[in-house]
Amino acid sequence: MPNILEVQNLAKSYDNFTAVKGISFDIKEGEIFSLLGPNGAGKTTTISMLSTLYTPTSGDAVIGGHSITKDPMAVKQVIGVVPQEIALYEDLTARENLVFWGQMYGLGGKSLNSRVDEVLEQIGLTDKAKNRVKTYSGGMKRRVNIGVGLLHKPRLLFMDEPTVGIDPQSRRAILDTVKDLNKHGMTVLYTTHYMEEAAELSNRVGIIDHGELIALGTQDELTKQVGQAETLILHIGENEDPDALAKAVSSVEGVQKADVTNNEVSIITSDAKDILAGVVGKANERGIKIRSMDIREPNLEAVFLHLTGRALRD
Amino acid sequence: MLKTLLIGIKDLKILSRDRAALILILLAPFLLTIGMGLVTGRFSGDNSSGISDIPIVIVNLDNDSLGNALVDVFNSDDLAELVEPTFSVDPEAARLLVDEDEVAAAIIIPKGFTQSIIPQSGSAVSNEEIKIEFYANPSRPTSAGIVKSIVDGFLARLDEMQLGGMTSVSQLIISGRIAPQDANQVGEEMGKRLQNAAGNSNEATAITLNTSTSEGEAVEFDVLSFFAPGMALMFLMYTVSYGGRSILAEKSEGTLPRLLVSPTNTIQVLGGKVFGIFLTGAAQMLILIGASSLFFRLNWGNAFGVVLLTLAAVFGATGWGMLITALARTPAQVGSVGSAVMLIFAMLGGSFIQTDNMPAFVQTFGKITPNAWAMNGFTTLALGGTLTPLSTPIVALLTMGISLLLLSAVLFGKKNLVQK
Ligand SMILES: Nc1ncnc2c1ncn2[C@@H]1O[C@H](COP(=O)(O)OP(=O)(O)O)[C@@H](O)[C@H]1O
Ligand SMILES: [Mg+2]
Repeated sequence: MPNILEVQNLAKSYDNFTAVKGISFDIKEGEIFSLLGPNGAGKTTTISMLSTLYTPTSGDAVIGGHSITKDPMAVKQVIGVVPQEIALYEDLTARENLVFWGQMYGLGGKSLNSRVDEVLEQIGLTDKAKNRVKTYSGGMKRRVNIGVGLLHKPRLLFMDEPTVGIDPQSRRAILDTVKDLNKHGMTVLYTTHYMEEAAELSNRVGIIDHGELIALGTQDELTKQVGQAETLILHIGENEDPDALAKAVSSVEGVQKADVTNNEVSIITSDAKDILAGVVGKANERGIKIRSMDIREPNLEAVFLHLTGRALRD
Repeated sequence: MLKTLLIGIKDLKILSRDRAALILILLAPFLLTIGMGLVTGRFSGDNSSGISDIPIVIVNLDNDSLGNALVDVFNSDDLAELVEPTFSVDPEAARLLVDEDEVAAAIIIPKGFTQSIIPQSGSAVSNEEIKIEFYANPSRPTSAGIVKSIVDGFLARLDEMQLGGMTSVSQLIISGRIAPQDANQVGEEMGKRLQNAAGNSNEATAITLNTSTSEGEAVEFDVLSFFAPGMALMFLMYTVSYGGRSILAEKSEGTLPRLLVSPTNTIQVLGGKVFGIFLTGAAQMLILIGASSLFFRLNWGNAFGVVLLTLAAVFGATGWGMLITALARTPAQVGSVGSAVMLIFAMLGGSFIQTDNMPAFVQTFGKITPNAWAMNGFTTLALGGTLTPLSTPIVALLTMGISLLLLSAVLFGKKNLVQK
């Protein structure tokens, strides 16, 4: 498959802060590519440059054969954008919003109307189409926000954290929509800070942190980077000191890394069973009570932890 | 081009659903105009044109220089055809003539009137206010209005112009201290105060309308020809800052960036916003003009001229709306600066008071306001003027609009519309 997007050393500085530090990656036609990274990693800044909204400080990207810096108008025709913040006219109905945005993409007449009907069906809001957006729940607004990005059937769809702050049901619906769109041929660049979403959706994942792409590949490729490692997660009580526990267990033989997230201590090890006794022993020594434990197979979270020493969600 | 129009129409649609904004741009000016009309007796029938020989009765108890001067005014040849004064020495009898519909109004000049204004040496300066009483016949509002305007004109010449309490109502509305739906009542009270002030030379000038009656022609004097455009133009300034504000609001709400990632360029987007402001302002003015013609039977004059002047005024005002927006950082700033500008322009531009009596520098400065030029044009039209004298205000308003839009385009260019 040819590349629909090629990013070359793309960088963006705000005043004297560099949000994106020269990243490069490609997206193949037909795939779902996720940019996974914590808040402030530079995902939105990257999407803003790729959608021609922000001018890159340096570097370039080619989308559908057009440079984002030299031919932004042509790029805009190829892409659809679902911004992180809901960007709709709250005093207009869902249908009116879709019609207006369709017009901005050059649609009109009968084809616009039937396209709006299709999109309403797709986002499951046909019944509520005549209500003003301001009467909608957060999840419904998110769906309209997505619908706007689909109107002109873009070849490449940018979705910037489309599931933030909504109920599990709407989230499920959105993930299914993304998969469905992809099945019908749309290429998707999806950003998220939820490891599970990236895992469920994407063919390939780019992990971004502090404006740098620190890992790139399929999930298998990425998890292999962690080696055969497993993650042992210790849940402790609210009054216990996780830092003390992390420090204590670090000295146990077989523990590669121990990090703290909230009231959990995540331990990366080649074999969790081997270290269990040692870990429990250390905890008892310190008088820290472990409430429960989990053993996880290598996943993207572990990859991130492995690469940065931090958890994705802070 | 098409997208520009579509963006403008979208803005008009959104505004039409904003009840608070509709109250301010349509209801408030309308109710204020009604309030003014009610007290000035404008709505009590008597709409005959071709008025002459208005019967009035004058009671001159002053018998001093100023009282006599006013009597001379009514006896002058200039007014011979317009008014038919009779004289009396008994205020009660004079009022009775009004009550019995024998005359259109009674003018009672109280004893000591001259002294209260020009204190004579030797006599104690009295702090007591001595007012001319203007006792109007409610069944002859137009005639009474004309006579009153003559008295007002006389008083205006007596005293330096001072801003009366006229600005207060609008100020109160804007600062939220009175609800727009109460504007009518407040306007009415204010009007009453103005009428009481007929004898108070300081305040009377606040509604002085220098209707030219010197030729003794039949003049249809209608106070609403002054108040209706005045109020409409004042709230037009609100509309344009509302529109400008929506540019910054769209920026912070993300719809402006979204427009810019669609295949629409900055010029189309900004052009669309400007068009939206213009469209909204034009709709507001035409609705207000239409409503006052319909409900108050107010004659604005030559219809073609009214439309042309209105569009030019809206264009000039749109320029100001864009400039305010280009200089502001947040939607809230546009709102507060816009409200201040609306009031200042209304005062400088003669939306409350005829500027003829203001100091020269105020009049000169007032020329920066669309209000002043448009008031000038609307007055011309209401007095039966044709298109020729209208060209000056129209050209001035168009020039104003073009220069301000260019200036704001430069400022917008420097300012990054995309990033926060
Ligand atoms: N307009 C801006 N001016 C200055 N700094 C910004 C601006 N936008 C984003 N940033 C900073 O750039 C970094 C990356 O932000 P962003 O791209 O929004 O991250 P993400 O979408 O991954 O959460 C953050 O530290 C953020 O504070
Ligand atoms: Mg973001």
